[in-house]
This record gives sequence, C-alpha cells and structure tokens, in this order.
Amino acid sequence: MNNNKIYPIYFTFGMLFIYSIFVFLPGLIGIFYSFTDWNSFSDELNFIGLENYKTILKGDPIYLFYIGNTVKFTLLTTIIKTLIGFVLALVMINKNVRFRNIHRTIIFSPQVLSFLIVGLIFRSILHPSKGFLNTTLEAMNLGFLAKNWLGSIDWAFFSVIAVDIWKGVGYIMVVLIAGLNSIPQIYHEVAQIDGAGFFRRIIHITIPLLMPSITVVTVLNITYGLRVFDSIYVLTNGGPGYATGVVNTAVFKEFSKGRFGLGTAMSSLLFLFILLISYFLIKGLNKKAVEY
Amino acid sequence: MKIITKSKNIVLNVLIVGISTIFFTPGLVIFINSLKTKQEARILNLSLPEAIKVINYQEVIERGKLISSFLNSALYSIGGVILILCITTAGAYVLSRNKTKLNQFIYFFIVLGIAMPINYIALMKVMQFTNLINTRIGMIILYTGLNIPISLFIAYGFIGNIPRELDEAAILDGCSSIELFYKIIFPLLKPVIATLAVLNFMGIWNDFIMPLYYLNASSKWPMTLAVYNFFGMFQHEWNLVCADIVLTSIPVLIVYLLGQKYIVDGMVSGSVKG
Repeated sequence: MNNNKIYPIYFTFGMLFIYSIFVFLPGLIGIFYSFTDWNSFSDELNFIGLENYKTILKGDPIYLFYIGNTVKFTLLTTIIKTLIGFVLALVMINKNVRFRNIHRTIIFSPQVLSFLIVGLIFRSILHPSKGFLNTTLEAMNLGFLAKNWLGSIDWAFFSVIAVDIWKGVGYIMVVLIAGLNSIPQIYHEVAQIDGAGFFRRIIHITIPLLMPSITVVTVLNITYGLRVFDSIYVLTNGGPGYATGVVNTAVFKEFSKGRFGLGTAMSSLLFLFILLISYFLIKGLNKKAVEY
Repeated sequence: MKIITKSKNIVLNVLIVGISTIFFTPGLVIFINSLKTKQEARILNLSLPEAIKVINYQEVIERGKLISSFLNSALYSIGGVILILCITTAGAYVLSRNKTKLNQFIYFFIVLGIAMPINYIALMKVMQFTNLINTRIGMIILYTGLNIPISLFIAYGFIGNIPRELDEAAILDGCSSIELFYKIIFPLLKPVIATLAVLNFMGIWNDFIMPLYYLNASSKWPMTLAVYNFFGMFQHEWNLVCADIVLTSIPVLIVYLLGQKYIVDGMVSGSVKG
C-alpha cells in the first residue's frame, strides 16, 4: 500500500499554513530587520550589518546589565525551583503524608492562573502600606521586617523571583513526582537491606535514576527563565529604575520607543542563545543519565 | 524506633500543611477582601467581613463590562481550541504515521516554534497585511498559530503509541483515508484531545499580551485585559479589584479542578518525551 495515499500530506497543510504565516514568517522578518536601522521615526530603511548587535554587546552597558539580570534570574529560579520541587516531590510520594492529592492540587494551582492575575494578586499582597504581607508583619510586631517589596531597588529583584517560584514550583514538583514514581521500588529495598540510609539512597539511587526528569525540568526552567516577560511586566515593569529589567522587558521598551531594529536584534540574540543552550543541556545532561 | 518514625511523620505532615498554606493564603486574602466594603478592604488582611457584600460582584460586572469581556474570552479560547484540535491532530497523525524525509522536516520545522521568541512588531506587520488586526477572528487564528508547535509535539508523541495494524485493517475494509482518520483514529485520540483542549483553553484564557498589542477596541478585550484596565482605574477600591480577580480566575480554576488529570498528564508527558 502506498503510504502517501493513506496518509495524505494535505492533512498537514492547515497547521503548516497558519504556523508559517503567523509564527515563522514574523520570526524571519524579525531576523532580517535586526540588520537594519528600522525605526518609527523615519520611513527610510538602511542595512547596517551587525551594528545593532554591536550596540547591545559592546555599546551601552545597560544592555549587558539586562543580560546579566536575565542570567541571574534564570540561574536562581532554576536552582531554587528544582530544589524545592524535588523536596516537595519526595514528600508527596511518601505514603505517610495525608491528603497528598489535596496538597498537590493546591501547590500546583498557581500554575494555571494567568501571569496577569498572579501579578495583580501580589501587587496587592506586597503593597508597602496596605498589602497583606506588611500589615500582617506589623500585626505580629515584626514591623521591622516590612519592606517596600516591589518598589525598592534592594528588594524588587528578590520579590520578583519569589513570586515566580511561588507560581512555577508546582509544575516542577509534578514532573519530578512522575519521575520518582517511575523508579522501580526494588532498588530502594535492596539498598535498604544493604544498610544504606535515607540520604545515601537519595544521592546514589534517586538522583542518578531521576536524571531524565531533572534534565527536562532544567531545560524547562532555563528556557522559561531566559524568556521571562509577563510576570515582570505586571509586577514591576522592569523597575524601580532598571532593577528588575531583563532582556524581554528591554525588547518591549525598545519597541515602545520605536527602535524596532535594535529590539529585534535583542530578540534574535535571545533566540539563538536559547537554541544553543537547550541543545547542549539536553546533550550534556543525557550523558549523565543512567540506564536501567 | 516506632516513636521516631511517628514523630517524623507528624513533622512531615505539619510541614506540608504549612507549605500548602503559603500557596493557599494569597487566594484566600483576595477572596475574603472581595466580600468586604470599600472601607474594610482599605487594608488587605484576613479578618472576616462584617457583612458579606456579594453586591461587589454585581458592581464589578457592570462597571468592568465583564459580560462582554467574558464572552470575548470564551470565544477566543473555545474557537482557538477547536481550530487547534482540528488541524494539529490531523497533521500530527500524518506526520507520525508516514515518516518520509519531507514529513520529518515539516515536523521539526514546526516544533522549532516552541523555542522561537515572538517578534511582536514583525507580527503586527503580518496582522496588518492580512487585515486581521483588531478583529476577533484574527485573535483566534493568532492563538492557533502560537499554540500549534507544542500541541503538535504532544499529539505526535501520543499517536506514535496507537498500533498501525488498525489502519491496515480499516484500509482493507475499504475505508478512505479521510474516513480512516475521522472514524477510526480520531475516537482513539480522546485522552490527548482532552489534554490539548484543557491546556490550550487555559493558555488562551490567561493570555493578555496578544490583545494588548493587536486589539485596540475595548469592546473586543478578553477578561484578562479588562481586569488589568480595571486595576489601573479602581486601585483604591481593593474590594472591587479583588472581586474582579476572583471572577477572572474562576473559569480556569473550574477547568483545572475538572480536568486536573489531563493537565498534569499532558504537561508531564509533553515534557518527558522531549
């Protein structure tokens, strides 16, 4: 039988068409424009080669600051989410913990809310004078701990990271629970008979066998962190000053200033970086995975 | 030994209840304050309202124009989900069954879109060119396009597990290729269709960036953008803002509680197979 007849290629045309026009084409146009001085002030479009990229990487140090912030955000959220997610997942597979399904439902629930909603919730909760956090701290006579969480240069970045972890850690937990459940119980039983304690079993059995899930979680966290925009846009819009600015909020700023060429150059750099890093992560971490 | 294990278990249970509380409290604060008067909600805390002001909700619905934005959100989400399901299941089926060089290329070409950043300005040019900017149908098509890559990825993985023998038997019985897909394969895709429907519904319902860029008429705004606007206008009336947040979240929370199994399965399988 002829496969091309049974599985006609026109079945794919619908998605190919919409994807090409509304996702791929804008991406391509964007890369093209990143080599031009396209902006909203003049109708003339000049090809300027790598000039935009030079501005970002060597020109104004603010761009390097944004890139640094993005990397800092990505590393911190990835490490903290993975650690907390791992501990939560271990707790959730412990049969002695009651109401595990309810806890899992609650901890995962922020994941299904809109970034916008989460942002608005925390802008209310973290409001310096009327918010829940500071008024509660004051009511407990811990008023000295109250901070201007989102409005001070010292705390805004920390607060944004904390909110992001609150929203996303449930997802990481759920992926790791699935990974832990797929590890055959027999390994733990044998190790226990051999006298391996809880932490030794974690380090020598659980973590190596969980490597595929940890790879997935790391790739998810890193690609998410590098692209973060929504939550920062709603919480602080990159402020105060530049304190919480990341690449994508900077791209947004360039676009609203009408410097389209520079904005698309930043966007393209980020894309290239994400592709490279995912490729090497998947390759590198998979090598460490143990077959069983 | 037994006492140690027992006290360990108690500590563990207390710990996890504490953690759940951290995740639960913000929502509770918002909910309680949505039922207070303006004066009571001047400061956000967990004290119970003197009298339950359900009227806040009525006020928000009227002043925030929530009926029309609810209908817009519903239209974009449901329309988007239907279009995504129709085209990606059919496409994923053919790409997964007939792995020619061309089809493999198409698959990677589309899945590449998962990592691609959206170039909003270039996309605006495309939307203008196709006359879809500021239209409702444009929103549906745009959401479809953006969600095709991850949906294809999940559906492709699932279809690979459906035995091919079915297809051969159906062809021998005289099915055409279209009948084969809609009568035999499509019904078998129920679990992955549920997953895709739930994930895409939530993704579209929650988005606010696309309408921010590509819809300028407030009559076409979805709930998220309406609530954002409302927050800006009524920042001093926390009770109303809280009520609006609750109303915007309820649809996704209902879908989450009903379709939890599919969400978790989908997000896990979608990620693990990568």
